[in-house]
Amino acid sequence: MKTFILRRLLFLVFAIFAATLVVFALSRLQGDPRNVMLNVGYVSPEQWEAWGKQFHLDKPVIVQYAIWIGKGFFQGDFGDSLKTGKPVMQMVAGFAPASLQLGLSAVLFVLLTGIPLGILSAVKRGTVWDVFGRTFAVFGQALPPFWLGIMLILVFSVTLDWLPSGTRGHDATNFYERLKYFPMPAVTLGWLASAGLMRLVRSSMLEVLDSEFVKLARAKGVSTNKVIWKHAFRNALIPPLTFAGLILVGFIGGTVVTETVFAWPGLGQMTYTSIINNDFPLMTGAVLVFTLLYVFAIFLIDILYAFIDPRIRYS
Amino acid sequence: MNIADLEASNRESTLARTFYVFRRWPLIPILILSILAICAVFAPLVAPYDPEQDQLRAVLASPPWYPPCEEGQLTNKFESCNTNSIPLGRDEEVYYFAIGADQLGRDLLSRIIYGARLSLSLAAIAIAIGTLFGTTVGLVAGYYGGIIDEGIMRVVDVFNAIPYILLAIALVFVLGQHFWVVAFVLALGSWAGIARLVRGQTLQVRNFDYIALATIAGASTTRIMLKHLLPAVANTVVVATTLQVGSTILSESILSFLGAGVPPPTPSWGADISNGREYLGSAWWVAFFPGMAIFLTVLSFNFIGDWLRDRWDPRLRQI
Repeated sequence: MKTFILRRLLFLVFAIFAATLVVFALSRLQGDPRNVMLNVGYVSPEQWEAWGKQFHLDKPVIVQYAIWIGKGFFQGDFGDSLKTGKPVMQMVAGFAPASLQLGLSAVLFVLLTGIPLGILSAVKRGTVWDVFGRTFAVFGQALPPFWLGIMLILVFSVTLDWLPSGTRGHDATNFYERLKYFPMPAVTLGWLASAGLMRLVRSSMLEVLDSEFVKLARAKGVSTNKVIWKHAFRNALIPPLTFAGLILVGFIGGTVVTETVFAWPGLGQMTYTSIINNDFPLMTGAVLVFTLLYVFAIFLIDILYAFIDPRIRYS
Repeated sequence: MNIADLEASNRESTLARTFYVFRRWPLIPILILSILAICAVFAPLVAPYDPEQDQLRAVLASPPWYPPCEEGQLTNKFESCNTNSIPLGRDEEVYYFAIGADQLGRDLLSRIIYGARLSLSLAAIAIAIGTLFGTTVGLVAGYYGGIIDEGIMRVVDVFNAIPYILLAIALVFVLGQHFWVVAFVLALGSWAGIARLVRGQTLQVRNFDYIALATIAGASTTRIMLKHLLPAVANTVVVATTLQVGSTILSESILSFLGAGVPPPTPSWGADISNGREYLGSAWWVAFFPGMAIFLTVLSFNFIGDWLRDRWDPRLRQI
């Protein structure tokens, strides 16, 4: 177990290093970042040089990278946004809560639909329930998330006028009113992940239900409910655990789309706007935050998984 | 069991038999994709109008089942009405917008037909590049093993660690919005998964006796890879590729929805949905139909992929 954790930790460091390289290369691929700032109007050579000094652009690229890394990782300073002038970290911290709320509500949706539907589909295999569950999964994997969001708005906001859309309802009068802002973004963000989870739970549940120990339990006369919940369910949940990482991957891409559709003031929208605006300090900072988040999550899940299933450690 | 029950079960089985052919062959997905392919290849012949020709008097004109427009209603975008039988444009031609027109009065059906061209060609190119690269990398990693394998797989891991959609948007903006840039960026999103699968498969096959015999017989490395290993992993590649098509089309639509696709006025499903968003209250069809096209296309590819997987590569089922 120790060597396993050590190996994963080594990879973690390597992945972070490689990710910073890619992110930094992205911000420099366009050539001199000063060109981006040029569109504010006429610029004198002195101003140009001053910018060069301010952003360390007069030094070799490797030194620029080292400065960026050094300041970012050891001082938490990824520079200031070109658009707003605020520090990148402050902006990320400001937009993070909205994304976190969205992410959590989507996780809730995924868990409340994916697992029960997967079990139902497996237990009642071949019935209407199974067809319903599988249709749910098939739709989730083929619906373009942004279109799903727009159609939800069309049905529930425009036509039926049940749910509000746009912003996250921070000016709503009471808790219940505020809650109404959540279902549509949560479904938009979560359906794809829920579909994947449902399929995994279903196939894993079917496999366990077919195993010897479940047959033995049934032969002993254990009640169906007890077999499903006590014998099968617990063991069937192990494979879907790895899926947690994939859910997060989907969410990171998905937040950009979902937050754009619902005008949700979160990290995804912030990153997207920074890319559109060529705001390179904010862009590099934000993409890096997403990458770190993901790499750490994968690391934790790997460890957790190896803890649960010892076979992983030695392969 | 009484007679009624027996009859019921009998009826069920005839019903099941009727649908048997549908369960055995993915006929409906194949039909949808054939129509789509014809639309894409023969777009100029199939499309009723020029997809980029705006018709300002028919802005947001509704589908034919809406009430016909009165004379003064034509340019009022907040009321839905259809323009059938009303002469429009300089040539006073009568236009028939089968599923309505968009915010510039362009025929939506024609735009969807041309959009199929863009989506399918982008997906085809991206998947071709991605599969070629992914398979090569996977074969090399699996065959050589050791430090080469380790190196390649770590690159794949790192690649997977960067959020793809953000990387794609950034790359498209940095390299410029161009057809080939988008195709390249989409290819970037498809190779890693295929490489991983092919590598896993190659690792197993490499230890089979016939590979050892080929080596003893003096076959070159290239020959072993192309003649002996590639056929053994071909099924996996085909299945994985088919399953990848759907998600590539989805990625493309997301990119063009976010304005990071092939630039307008080229008809693109994702971009059309993005346009239609602003007119949800008055003209839902602008956003609805292009999305339906994406949904049905991806659904069909996924169905065929699943079907192929069940037939050719049941092992992948567990994933």
